[in-house]
Formats: sequence, C-alpha cells, structure tokens
Amino acid sequence: MKVWAVALNTFKETIRDRILYNLLVFALLMILLTIALGELTIGEEVKVTTDLGLGCISIFGTLIAIFLGIGLVGKEIERKTIYSLVAKPLPRYQFLLGKFAGLFLTILVNLGIMTVAYVGVLYYMAGSFTWPLLQAILLILVELAIIIAAALLFSTFTSPTLSAIFSLAFFVIGRMSEDLRLLGGKSKSILFQHFSQLLYYCLPNLSNYSKLHAAAYGDALSLDLFLQIVGVGILTTAFILGLAMLIFQRRDFT
Amino acid sequence: MKVIQTENLSKTFRVGFRQRRVEAVRGLNLEVESGEIFGFLGPNGAGKTTFIKMLLSLIYPTAGTATLLGRPVGDVETRRRIGFLPEQPYFYDYLDGREFLDFFGRFFELETRTRGQRVNDLLARVGLAEAGRLPLRKYSKGMLQRIGMAQALLNDPELVILDEPMSGLDPRGRKEIRDLILELKKQGKTIFFSTHILPDVEMICDRVGIIHQGRLVQLGRLDQILSAEVQSVDLQVKGLNPASQPALEALGASVLEQGGHWLIRVPGQAAADQVLELVRRQHGQLIALAPHRETLEEYFLRQIGNQEGAGS
Repeated sequence: MKVWAVALNTFKETIRDRILYNLLVFALLMILLTIALGELTIGEEVKVTTDLGLGCISIFGTLIAIFLGIGLVGKEIERKTIYSLVAKPLPRYQFLLGKFAGLFLTILVNLGIMTVAYVGVLYYMAGSFTWPLLQAILLILVELAIIIAAALLFSTFTSPTLSAIFSLAFFVIGRMSEDLRLLGGKSKSILFQHFSQLLYYCLPNLSNYSKLHAAAYGDALSLDLFLQIVGVGILTTAFILGLAMLIFQRRDFT
Repeated sequence: MKVIQTENLSKTFRVGFRQRRVEAVRGLNLEVESGEIFGFLGPNGAGKTTFIKMLLSLIYPTAGTATLLGRPVGDVETRRRIGFLPEQPYFYDYLDGREFLDFFGRFFELETRTRGQRVNDLLARVGLAEAGRLPLRKYSKGMLQRIGMAQALLNDPELVILDEPMSGLDPRGRKEIRDLILELKKQGKTIFFSTHILPDVEMICDRVGIIHQGRLVQLGRLDQILSAEVQSVDLQVKGLNPASQPALEALGASVLEQGGHWLIRVPGQAAADQVLELVRRQHGQLIALAPHRETLEEYFLRQIGNQEGAGS
C-alpha cells in the first residue's frame, strides 16, 4: 500500500515532466522517419526499418530511463520534500521501491506507445510483426529496468549531473563490456587485460538484452535462453536496488 | 510522561575536501513533558534544525541517544503518532492540495473514506477549503505553510514537531499558526517548535530551551528565566518646567519634550518614583506610566552575547 502510494505519485510526477514528452515526441518522429530511411536502401527496406525502429526504441527508452531516473531521488532531497516523507511511517527502502516501481510503470507506458508506433510502421511496410521482434522489445524492457535501478543507485549518493554521467557510462560500458573483454584478451598490455576483465565481471553485460540485429533478421532466441536472460536481468535489477537501499538507509539528509 | 528525551545527543559533520569537523550539536540533554508547548530557540546556524532532524531520523547522531514517546528514534511505528512540519516546506508542485494530503494520508493506512473525511476537515481547519483543487505551485508561502501544517496533523498526532513554523509569514499568518498551536495544546497534544521569532514564543510557550553553537545554554519556564525586576519605566507627563531637564538627566533619564508633553524613560522603579515626586511638586500631570520588564528578546541577546564572549 505504502510502496504503491509512492509509485503512483512517482508515475504522476514523471508523466507530468516535460523531458518525457520531448523525448517521446522525438522518438515517435524517429520511428516514423525509419520509413523514409528504409526507402533509401535498395531491396532491404523492411530490414533497415525494422532494425532502426528497434534501435530508436532502445536508445530513447534508455534516455527516458536515465533522465527521469537520476532526478527521482535527487529532486526529493534537493527540494527537501524527502523530509516530510521520511518522517512518516514509511521505511526508506519502501520509498526507494516505490520510486522504482513508479518509474518502471512510466517506462512501460512509454515503451507501449513506442511499440504501437513501431508496429504501425511495420504493418505499413511489411504487413507483419513477428515473435523475435516482441522478444527484442521485452529484452529492452528488462534492460531499462536495470538502467532505472542503476540511475536510482547513483542518485542516492551523488548529484543529478554526476548521476547522469555515471548512468550513461554504466549503459555504454555495459553494452560494450563483452567487446572490451575480447579486446582486452588480444591486448599486449597486462593492465588493460585486467581492467577489461574487471569491467566485464563488475558490470552487467547489457549486450545480452540487445538482440536487435538478430531480431531484425527474424532470428528468435530459444525460449530457455530468453527466460534465462530475463531471470538474470531481474536478479541484476534486484541486486542494484538492494545496494541502493543499503546506501539510502545510511544516508544523512542535511 | 517524557515525550521527548535526549541524552548527550551530538552530531558532527565532516565538510569540505579536507573533511573538516563541524560540531552542529554538542551533548544535548533535553526532556519535554506531555501536553506542553516547548519553544526551541537559537540564532541561525545554532543547531536547531540538526537537532530536529536527529529526532526524526533524517540524520543519524554521532553520539548519544534519544527517545520519542518512550521509543528510540528511528522506530517507524512511533512515527504514526508524530506530526512534522519541516522548515520552509516545499511540496510537490504537480499535485493540488487535496491530492497532496491524500498522498500523505496513505502512509497512515487510513481507509479511503476516513482519509477523504480527514483531508476535508484539515483543509477547512487551516483555511484552505476553497484551495483544495488548486495546484501547489500556485500557493503563496503562507498557504504552503498552512498545507504543511495540515499534512503534519493528518494522523491526529500526539506529538507535533514544527521547524520554524512562523518563518516568512505575515502577522496574520503568524497569529493563525499560534492559534492552531494553542488549539492543539487544548486537545492534549505536545508541541515542540523551533523559532527565532521571540514574541511568538513569549505568547504561547510553557517552557523554552535556548541553543547556541550546538549547546543548550538555558532551559526552563519563561517566568523562571526572565527577571521579574523592572528594567526601565516610561513616563508621559505634561506641565513640567523646562528647567527641570538637568534634574531629570541627573536621575539617568532620557528625555524627549514635544509641545509641552514630556516622554521620560528612567532606569528602574526608584528613579521613576523621584520623577513622579518632581511632577507632583511642580503641579504637573501624569498621563501614562509603563514599567518594562526584561523581554525574552533582551534575555536571548544577553545569553548569546555572554556565550560568544566566553567562547572568544
């Protein structure tokens, strides 16, 4: 009940945020623009549109998650609204859980809107929407849950600007960590080898959730593998949220 | 029953790159009894807000212990019995007054109907019944303070903690808050509030504590703290001979003469008696006489001055 109250308020807060609408309108325009970009290619119109559309959903979903996520806790502290909340019978971890759930709900709604636009475009171009594409969008949703949790984690101990930088770095390194490890393996520098290994094992491998090209070519993951990736994503999100709760619990609101 | 009890409560912050130590609250011992209005006074930066934040677990003490309503601070269940208004409250500007109170009411797990009733009652009680559907971003400072008071009272608390509730309000707004505090006391609630607006404290507080540089420098009832002795007397007379001025000044009086009316301030009752004798001898007329006892403001400034003198 209390977590739901915070979640509902966070949902109201985020859907009344101008950043959200700017990004969403831009994302919808980009998805529509993929039709034109597809037309520029010869013989690969549908594949290009399918691939670029998924890319748009992923990138704009990430930007929305980061830019709304970093402000959620930071704004509460900066504007001192947290004082009245923490003084109520609301444990701090429930506050954080509510914040996460509220933003996740917003992301879910936005992803839904972008997906509807994307499906519309695909039906216009090819007259179909396939299971591999839905699988790719569900994996984007899991990836966004991890990114929201990371943005919340950073915002529990640092300023919104630094949180944005850390969250973007988390996303970029997470997406590239497997490539970095492979590159590190081929490097002659022992330092870089160890550093790339460290990044690979410390940060979640977000490329697992980015099966966009394969989906665009109609390659679906087996159901087992898909469920495994989703399961790891949920555990990763829970771990990051747990870490955020630990830090938030010990924090002084000065 | 001790509603608030602290023992050696202390908070040290580490600030800056070099982690310099700043002792915001130093070994504060305080007890607040049930049903009293307690005024917590101190200049800006004295440690008032830090102390209140420790009571509400917004920050954690470096040393010492504190209990609220007999339970250690930090106990989430105790917060069901506490109301809190933070200093210069800023609330969610995307909500209207009613939505805001409803949101906070959900943390007390009130049923929907009870919550709605409580919100209506409180909006009426703080004079915002007409503004319930207005977004908070359109509220004036006084209205925000009042909606803040309403959220502090949502759970019908036994203990109400108010951080600078009169700060930034006009005289009418201050009076409304004073009246509300007195009404809460009548209902048997305990009110602990911090302020630096001293006339308000004099009007309503049962006891006060004065904090300066993180230390509690005075604690007690106002009639015990303030001297009952007359500090000065103001007399307004007419019909005095202008040649009397040197005699008056010899008594230590400050004199202002305007169109035959004399305003005379003398230090103490004995000097006032001598002025009255002079007026009687010259067949003058006493229009008004006002003895001045020490005000809380004068006492406060004297205490703070002594502390700073001792500290330097």
